[in-house]
Amino acid sequence: MNMAWGGTDLWTLAVIVGLALVTVLTRSFFFISSKNWQLPHWAQRGLQYAPIAALSAVVVPEIITVQGVLISTWQDARLFSAVVGAAVYFWRRDVLFTIIAGMAVYLPLHLGWGW
Amino acid sequence: MFFLSRLYRHPAFVVGMREVSPQSPGIAAWGLMTGVAMVKSGMSVFEASAMTLLVFAGSSQLASIPLIVAGAPAWVILATGFCVNLRFVVFSLHLRQFLIHLPRWQRMLHGYLTADISYVLFVRKYAHPAETAEGRLEQEAYLAGNDFLNWLSWIVASFVGIALANLIPPSWGLGFAGILCLLGIQCSLASSRMRMLSAAVAGAAAVVAYSLPLKLNIVVAIAVAVILCLTVEKMRPAPGVSA
Repeated sequence: MNMAWGGTDLWTLAVIVGLALVTVLTRSFFFISSKNWQLPHWAQRGLQYAPIAALSAVVVPEIITVQGVLISTWQDARLFSAVVGAAVYFWRRDVLFTIIAGMAVYLPLHLGWGW
Repeated sequence: MFFLSRLYRHPAFVVGMREVSPQSPGIAAWGLMTGVAMVKSGMSVFEASAMTLLVFAGSSQLASIPLIVAGAPAWVILATGFCVNLRFVVFSLHLRQFLIHLPRWQRMLHGYLTADISYVLFVRKYAHPAETAEGRLEQEAYLAGNDFLNWLSWIVASFVGIALANLIPPSWGLGFAGILCLLGIQCSLASSRMRMLSAAVAGAAAVVAYSLPLKLNIVVAIAVAVILCLTVEKMRPAPGVSA
């Protein structure tokens, strides 16, 4: 990657512009055209499952692998942090509490014990 | 669309701002954390600032960071962002009846600025589109006011996060807060057994297929999970999985 502007590169900026277009496209998807139209049934059903699948596909490897290799120890701060974070979500129903509780577990284990 | 005087001069604009204000600290905290996470994951300050101002979608920003850092191809990153954002496609179907009377660029700008919380507050307040022109203007002004405070809280907090990030040593691993945020959103979407199945399958597939080049494991995992869920749905139309 070309380094410029303190590590900024044009490829990354192009990706950022692309992601901005994705935001516009998805947030206004059904009212870009004023014609009446419908998605096929399978696509409507797929909308139910794709968002959580995408999140899980990004999140799970970041918690239980190191560069794609399954971690072989339970002494990893991320495991405890994620379990507590998820539990707190289902208790309080608020993403903010997940982040706060998860980091409250992660930081002492990671910085204190070096997990 | 807070820059149109017909909207910001309307009393409903202030009502929209007032009703989103209790959510403002939460939005700000999430923005702050996203700002820190972007810089701590290796993006430059300029990239993180551009992302904050342009992308304006926390979950797709956070999901794209590990992929950008890993050098995944652009289409994989965009496809992942698109899938994470598919919930907005569902919202847009709902909002269509409220906005379709406007010119296209105004509809799309409203859509771009309406994130999760504004959508929820708007459709909770207005069950049906207004019948009259004044009523439609009121609804539009409410949405604009709601969007404005939400946008402001997010953008300001994100920049504070970007600025603070350089004061925090990378060894603290604060980028993990971004993963926790995605995990929380994931939990909030886990509203049916079929969706939990989708999450479990996608997570497992992403790990199993990790060695695929170009971060294709993400795309493969989404495809496997969605196809499997649609197949299960077809074989066994269980109660409680309806849209």
